[in-house]
Amino acid sequence: MSENIKIVKNATCTFCGCVCDDMELTVDLDKKQIIKAKNACVLGRAWFAEHTIQEGPVALIDGKESKLEDAIEEAAQTLTKAKFPITYGLSDTTCEAQRQAVAITDFIRGTIDTTTSVCHGPSGLAFQGVGESTMTLGEVKNRADFVMYWGGNPAESHPRHFTRYSVTPKGMFTPNGKKDRTVVLVDVRRTASTPVADIFLQVKPGKDFELAWAMRALVKGHTVDASIEEETGISLEVLTDLVERMKNCNYGVLFMGMGLTMTRGRHFNSGAIMALATDLNEFTHFVAKPVRGHGNVTGADNVVSWQTGYPFGVNFSKGYPRFNPGEFTTVDTLSRGDADAALIIASDPAANFPQAAINHLHKIPVVSFDTKETATSQLAHVAFRTSTYGINTGGTAYRMDDVPITLRPAFESPFPSDEEILTALKKRVHELVIAKSRSQGAGTAKVAAPIR
Amino acid sequence: MTSYIRISNGKVYDPSNNVDGQIQDICIENGKIVETVPADARKIDASGMVIMPGGVDIHCHIAGPKVNLARKLQPEDHRHDPHPGTLHTRSGSGGTVPSTFATGYRYATLGYTTAMEAAVTPIGARHTLEELHDTPVIDKGFYVLLGNNIFLQQLLKEGRKEEFKQAVAWWINSTKAYTTKLVNPGGDEPWKGKKNSNVSDIDEKVTETDISPRQIIDAFIDAVNELGLPHPPHVHCNNLGHSGNFKTTLETMRTAGDRRVHLAHIQFHSYAGEIGKNPGSAAREIADYVNDHPNISCDVGQVMFGKSTIMTADAPLAYMLRGIAKGKWVNADTECESGCGIVPFKYQEHVYVHAMQWAIGLELFLLSKDPWRIILSTDHPNGGSFMNYPKLIKLLMDSSFRKEELSRANQKAINKTLLPELDREYSLNEIAIITRAGPARCLGLSNKGHLGVGADADITIYDDQQDKELMFNAPRYVFKSGIPVISNHEFCEDHTGKLLHVAPDYDESIVDSVRPFFENYYSIEFDNYAVDDSYLHDHEIIPTINQ
Repeated sequence: MSENIKIVKNATCTFCGCVCDDMELTVDLDKKQIIKAKNACVLGRAWFAEHTIQEGPVALIDGKESKLEDAIEEAAQTLTKAKFPITYGLSDTTCEAQRQAVAITDFIRGTIDTTTSVCHGPSGLAFQGVGESTMTLGEVKNRADFVMYWGGNPAESHPRHFTRYSVTPKGMFTPNGKKDRTVVLVDVRRTASTPVADIFLQVKPGKDFELAWAMRALVKGHTVDASIEEETGISLEVLTDLVERMKNCNYGVLFMGMGLTMTRGRHFNSGAIMALATDLNEFTHFVAKPVRGHGNVTGADNVVSWQTGYPFGVNFSKGYPRFNPGEFTTVDTLSRGDADAALIIASDPAANFPQAAINHLHKIPVVSFDTKETATSQLAHVAFRTSTYGINTGGTAYRMDDVPITLRPAFESPFPSDEEILTALKKRVHELVIAKSRSQGAGTAKVAAPIR
Repeated sequence: MTSYIRISNGKVYDPSNNVDGQIQDICIENGKIVETVPADARKIDASGMVIMPGGVDIHCHIAGPKVNLARKLQPEDHRHDPHPGTLHTRSGSGGTVPSTFATGYRYATLGYTTAMEAAVTPIGARHTLEELHDTPVIDKGFYVLLGNNIFLQQLLKEGRKEEFKQAVAWWINSTKAYTTKLVNPGGDEPWKGKKNSNVSDIDEKVTETDISPRQIIDAFIDAVNELGLPHPPHVHCNNLGHSGNFKTTLETMRTAGDRRVHLAHIQFHSYAGEIGKNPGSAAREIADYVNDHPNISCDVGQVMFGKSTIMTADAPLAYMLRGIAKGKWVNADTECESGCGIVPFKYQEHVYVHAMQWAIGLELFLLSKDPWRIILSTDHPNGGSFMNYPKLIKLLMDSSFRKEELSRANQKAINKTLLPELDREYSLNEIAIITRAGPARCLGLSNKGHLGVGADADITIYDDQQDKELMFNAPRYVFKSGIPVISNHEFCEDHTGKLLHVAPDYDESIVDSVRPFFENYYSIEFDNYAVDDSYLHDHEIIPTINQ
């Protein structure tokens, strides 16, 4: 260990949607490495340990080292020449960078989508359909005496969710922590999270909607047939008891995992859970919340919403934002072979998208932003190497409950941040768009008269 | 490079400087209004035009966590109302909750150049500042929600008034807010903690906290006055929307005595009748009290027929409204600080209650004797979008138009109000007061709302038209900080605008009292809570009277 050690208190881990901001990082400034992350979970420790500085060029054009300015010029030319450019990713970068990415996409009349479309996008659609009674996580800590997780395994995906926010913490009206709470888990199998639960319901795979709908019926006082057990794997007696507990708690919470959104039923499942929470407000205070995955995917939802009005899957080809998931969501666009250029930021679709989508990515010029070499950066026409948010650069990340937190960087990176390069790229793209418009003799587009 | 502009031959309405329709030149140098400019200054001929200061919206909901939830909730509201970009401006979407860019540009297309977001949770301040940065053209600020803050209520309960004041100042500094906002003070704990109930009497002691709404209101008025903030506490009274609530509103005003207070969207608090039954109008009682008490200012919160979005920190109210149509509903609890409810809504002419609300708002405007203290607002988007302002201005200026509109609304409701007998028509000078000079004065913005030397060059130039709705809908020129953002009805330059906030002095030792509470009951770290200066874009600190 070198002498050049720095301690960063109250640092934030941006690995998962918990966005825990109580890290105490011990940084070896000579080695440019975090050697200890106090308070971090197993995933957070790995996140901090793995983000070291790897030597390499800041930018590559077709795999060859390039000057940053040249790469920005090439990326700007590529994106402005395209007729159907798409922007994707964004969940592992700061809101400041996300804002620049939406601006670029607006100027080039492209399509912007985030990793939300492959995780809790269905919950976003369900939200638009039924609304949601929800809360910040501190309310769970302070008030919740009934906590239910459905279709998730936080012990492994969000290891501190139980201890920091929802099961064991002692709060204002929960002075005894877990003793003051009933914890229920609904899943298709037993997982590492199951031991935490007071009640475990093993639902048959693909039957979440049926189970949630039967619970809504019971909450509303309707009769549910005993055949519900055969259908869902849960007996009417167990369900009736559960619903009574829910109606009689003081403050109930339903957490939704991706076991709901990425299985049969998708947004119907999330919608059923949100509607169930709403229904329960006839009897007591009840809230629901999707357990979001990536560190700043919630920030991406927020930024895209405030700039365009829609959370993901937004197309600007007509000069204004349009929303159509299924058409403008990236997996669908690529699989159809529609896009003719792609700007991929802090995401690796070439490694985890369906094959048809990956095949199309190989055919079109890709501009990639990542902190390391990825499958996507390897196929990219222009690949930027950037610094890591929350470790090398500051900025803002939103927790899964929409609470924004300012990041405290631990050590400097030789690479620029996503935001810095995107800001330069935006400037150049805007210049090219204006030049293109003038050369085509087009007058200034007018703002349409608002319709009332 | 210095930029000079001379605007000549226009009819100027500048009530703060007693200019009422005289033809005068207005000179601009680098974003400020000056006495004169060199002969080679850019000249704008405003013959046949009306010149006013840029509009100031004292109460609207345009940025932050609840606004963004309402945006996300309603794709159907955006779809029919796109906002295309230009080479100079960003695109966006409209409806009752427009995207940030559309919000800024659309305010500009009405000649408004300043707007105040009226309700932000402290923990959501960072989010709000990010959105305001992306809200172009206008200058903006926000009011921070402190009326249901658990820590502050604990201090009150324990009689620690000095610490209460210091903590209020700390919270304002930590969030970069403009003033304090109280919404249904005392109502959040019953809503969150006792099975969705509420507080209904201003003197009722809330079980969880053992203090009453009146104690909270009284303490904030004292603290904010002592801190010398340019705008007093901005109060959303208890019992919003309930029949008979005018008594609560009067009691709230009486609590102030002769101390300054601003009552938000007072129309929603001027209902006679019995709780649970149809409301009647108590506009006369409320207007009389306001007329007689120069320490009170209010904005009307006019209801306009058509689509609206209810979004409020008054969560029990939103739940009640949700019960009417059983449509989609958002409730969002914020730890230790606030509640929130969102319901898409539509005011309909034929509905008794909606017609009554519409009429009461107009009564309040028309019964007001001092336009400087009854400010034009629709509590955007609660009473309707700010895009309704031109129509509202026409309703106030044109009594025959008002009578036409009145004849279409529910007659049972209309006939229970004074509206059919009120023939008053607002003058252009009075409109300039209720949309510009008045709100700027209430906010303590000495460089806004007027065209005197030294003022910010936020200027709107309208074609002088008979139809006031058309006129106020489409200014020919809009200058923001001297920049011609709109010229000949077209956007020709973008502009970011600046954040307006206050920074009252406080005793830093208060942090030692706040920190332990945080560590026990918040879910983020205390040292990560206060918003740092990196979230300020262009900004201006408006001094307190003590600074």
